[in-house]
Amino acid sequence: MLSALLVMSAIAAVLGAVLGFAAIKFHTEGNPLVDKIDDVLPQTQCGQCSYPGCKPYATAIAAGEADINRCPPGGEEGIRKLAELLGVEFKPFGEDAVPKAKSLAVIDESTCIGCTLCIQACPVDAIAGAAKQMHTVIASECTGCELCVAPCPVDCISMQVIGEKIANWKWKYPVYAMTATT
Amino acid sequence: MRPAVPVGNDNMRKLYHFHGGIHPPSNKTQSTRATIARAPLPAKLVIPLHQHAGETAKPVARVGERVLKGQLIGMPDGIVSSAVHASTSGTITAIDMQLIAHPSGLPNLCATLVPDGKEEWAPRKTIDYRDHSPAGLQHLLRMAGVVGLGGAAFPSDLKLSLDKHKITTLVLNGAECEPYITCDDMLMRERAAEIVQGAEMLRFMLDAEEVLIGIEDNKPEAIASMRAAVAAGGHQRMEVIAVPTVYPGGGAKQLIRVLTGIEVAAGVRSTDMGVQCFNVATAYTIHRAFAHGEPLLSRIVTITGNVLHPRNYEVLIGTPIAELVALGVALPDTDSYIMGGPMMGFPLPSVQVPLVKATNCIIASSKKIFPPSPPVMPCIRCTRCADVCPADLQPQDLFWFAQSREFGRAQAFNLFDCIECGACSYVCPSHIPLVQYYRFAKSEIHAREHDKQLADKARIRHDYREQRIEREKQEKADKLAAREKAAQAARLADAQPLTAQQQAEQAGIETSRAHIRELAQSAVEHADEGTTK
Amino acid sequence: MFFSPLISKSDSVSAIMLKVLLALLPGIVLYVWYFGPAILVSITLASLTALGTEALMLKLRDRPIMPFLKDNSALLTAWLLALSIPPLAPWWMVVVGTAFAIAIAKHLYGGLGNNMFNPAMVGYAVLIISFPAQMTHWIAPHGMVISELTFPQQLDFIFHDVLPNSDTLDALTMATPLDTLKTHLHLDQPMRQILDMPIYGRFAGHGSEMVALGFLLGGLYLLASRIISWHIPAAFLGTLFVLAGIFHLADPAHYAGPLFHWFAGASMLGAFFILTDPVSSPTTNKGRLIYAAGAGLLTYLIRVFGGFPDGVAFATLLMNICVPLIVLYTQPKVFGKKGSQP
Ligand code: SF4
Ligand code: SF4
Ligand code: SF4
Repeated sequence: MLSALLVMSAIAAVLGAVLGFAAIKFHTEGNPLVDKIDDVLPQTQCGQCSYPGCKPYATAIAAGEADINRCPPGGEEGIRKLAELLGVEFKPFGEDAVPKAKSLAVIDESTCIGCTLCIQACPVDAIAGAAKQMHTVIASECTGCELCVAPCPVDCISMQVIGEKIANWKWKYPVYAMTATT
Repeated sequence: MRPAVPVGNDNMRKLYHFHGGIHPPSNKTQSTRATIARAPLPAKLVIPLHQHAGETAKPVARVGERVLKGQLIGMPDGIVSSAVHASTSGTITAIDMQLIAHPSGLPNLCATLVPDGKEEWAPRKTIDYRDHSPAGLQHLLRMAGVVGLGGAAFPSDLKLSLDKHKITTLVLNGAECEPYITCDDMLMRERAAEIVQGAEMLRFMLDAEEVLIGIEDNKPEAIASMRAAVAAGGHQRMEVIAVPTVYPGGGAKQLIRVLTGIEVAAGVRSTDMGVQCFNVATAYTIHRAFAHGEPLLSRIVTITGNVLHPRNYEVLIGTPIAELVALGVALPDTDSYIMGGPMMGFPLPSVQVPLVKATNCIIASSKKIFPPSPPVMPCIRCTRCADVCPADLQPQDLFWFAQSREFGRAQAFNLFDCIECGACSYVCPSHIPLVQYYRFAKSEIHAREHDKQLADKARIRHDYREQRIEREKQEKADKLAAREKAAQAARLADAQPLTAQQQAEQAGIETSRAHIRELAQSAVEHADEGTTK
Repeated sequence: MFFSPLISKSDSVSAIMLKVLLALLPGIVLYVWYFGPAILVSITLASLTALGTEALMLKLRDRPIMPFLKDNSALLTAWLLALSIPPLAPWWMVVVGTAFAIAIAKHLYGGLGNNMFNPAMVGYAVLIISFPAQMTHWIAPHGMVISELTFPQQLDFIFHDVLPNSDTLDALTMATPLDTLKTHLHLDQPMRQILDMPIYGRFAGHGSEMVALGFLLGGLYLLASRIISWHIPAAFLGTLFVLAGIFHLADPAHYAGPLFHWFAGASMLGAFFILTDPVSSPTTNKGRLIYAAGAGLLTYLIRVFGGFPDGVAFATLLMNICVPLIVLYTQPKVFGKKGSQP
């Protein structure tokens, strides 16, 4: 019995050592922490985290100044990824930061006066148009940050939720009842 | 690991074996008793513009326009895309979102065509493929809307793009391993000569050496008819091979393995390994496209299951499934309709959805033929699933990872090598809908990769904008400085040509200015004194 | 919503477990033939306890009760445990062992499909560690001891701990053939002389070798009906055979031969019914070979050099620990890929 136990623990120890060694050996030295955190953030650049963009928020997290649950566009999945990356506990969203369905900005082209204020507000240059001309949102580039909505003097920008379409449809998690046949 | 075990067969060729597989009841004989019939022209056709893998075709017909049979109504848009045509002559009455045959049950862009019954053809141009370059033929196929008819509807022209690789073997897939489906079987029985000519065209485009036509040995009539066609046409290095009946032996990868011994992994193009595989019905369509100038307007569909008259029909693309069901006469206890076979098919969201290029079979379903699954139990790790998996995966592990949303690990355990054949679910004693978990995990991973791409793009645009703002600021500052300098220079230049009188005047002004300044200074000083007192 | 595939093989967890239970029957019949019906009492007792505990735990864990009660897995645990302990063990031992196996080893790990250890063997280990004395009182086969208990007397003993006036427990029971061999070898008796004792039969214990033969028969049925694969029994029995063979050839006076080890103790039960428990054994064929060979090695070591009467249970539990690692390192080659992943 004892000898068996010893043999088993020896095997376990050796395998553990191999695993540990592999972990060190194949550990990849990548970009610095800020970039890694920024990589996980959704790049909506909306400022809801109270930082002027994703990179500043990433910098703040890396410096230990910000919590990981401040980014609503990233969703719980985003928090989970940050928690994993930083080796900390998952932390749910507070009441002030609740994720919304992803949406796109749409400019009502009949109302737009071409003031260019929205162009200046867009963090990813997703609005096209020149002064005194009607503006449009390039849908494929819009991150849905809502930053263009407030500056518009004639309130012609609205956020429209991106619905489920065939192109973005996903297979669902299988749900079935474990029917008790009593 | 896997020796090349010769499988017992009446061919002279050594066949290979793939791991696993199952033998579900085939239920094929019901629909092979009658010959292929032509379905009548329906009152209305709904032609989806997205019937192929890839991008939706761009509508090029206007609402109200009269179109001819075979006229282009959807232009391929993007690299992975294919053309869509009017299946008959008539009027386009709408181009809008309609419910289509898709597991999501969501609508997509469709053109509604009301036939005029004249079947008036648009001009057809027949060609001799030997006069064209493979690239030119590829373009013709794309414009003829030819896609794989085995189920995935991948644009056929793209499967013919070759880089330097030499294609040794063209595999023609007539295995049709899934239960109930018999459309390829009947096509091979009745139109073997045309299939074989299509194969010859494919061989030409691929510059392949040999053609191997694999047919499961439960279709002796099809095998005989194809063999006769090959012999009659005097085709060299083309062989019809009976392969053992085992599901999913008709999977492209599995058939390639059985016939050639080559294993094509996920993410690897089979052409890189010297083989390419096409469905027999696709070869038939290619023949129609080149030799008759007909784009893909119809296909053979099996209507079977809970119907009075199971049979194969040649049906126009866009025909509502309900019309087909009416031909088969569904029995009263029918509760839903399956597109595809019982292993990989899905229930249609409505019987009104139109038939598409990928529709190989419609099964009327009832509780009797497809009883609801018994209660799902936990996985007991019995590995029956692994025993039958044709991709040599460990389905029980993949299930575990998908269930706990550990997508990274699922991917590391080769989730994307799963061909979703359903063999694992078929044998699972716990009745776990395993494939459903894999589909969920796969689409979740795809969505994440897509989001990641979008995020990366947004990051680049954001960084670019920051830089631009920075640069503009810098430029503005530079410009301002430059203007200042220019103004100063101008002032200096202006000061040069002054007459003696002007100079005297200026000196006078300067002196009086100095005097005033002095006065002002002293006034301020006095004022200061005043305030300090 | 229903999912493809829409058809399935008509086989279920409960059907599989039922077949395993059926496969135990030949062994049980021979058990009764040679050792009397007391074993049926402990099997019944264990079965009732297992079902009760299972229902209770499912209720506590808020799971549907009937589908799980009907899956027969608790019954299988109960039968295996009952077959591993002496039939004359007092009723409360059977109850405690079974309840522990189901409640702790099975349900605390997450219930059916999630238990890391073989529940029956956990129950056995708990009993042999807590009540070593009671675990050595095995009924002797018919005609082996001077006085035999009648069935009512056996019941009296199991439930009330009462023996007929004149008898002592030691006069009525005996150690297992494995144990006896170990004791006598310690006394420096030569092997041949020991094996001539009436307790030994053709190749192992008198009577018990026939029971083992019964289990072998059932095991072959499981193999034939593809409920288990050949890997585990072959590797386990093979390792045992080779090891016993080597030691026996080197020193026949002190080491019993391979056949003895095959038919003594729980070898056959272990090879076909215990180690093959799908939940707690590896899922890859290569892994199964390693796992069962390891169990064979440990069984031999514990039997010959260790302090416990038999080694199958501890060998099983120790190898259970290694299963995740074994599985990770024995992933088969995937279609079209080179080498094993990941
Ligand atoms: S809240 Fe907005 S700006 Fe902040 S990290 Fe998230 S997406 Fe970026
Ligand atoms: S067949 Fe089902 S129960 Fe068995 S291992 Fe696979 S998933 Fe688990
Ligand atoms: S569905 Fe995927 S995992 Fe299941 S048997 Fe088929 S290939 Fe293997």
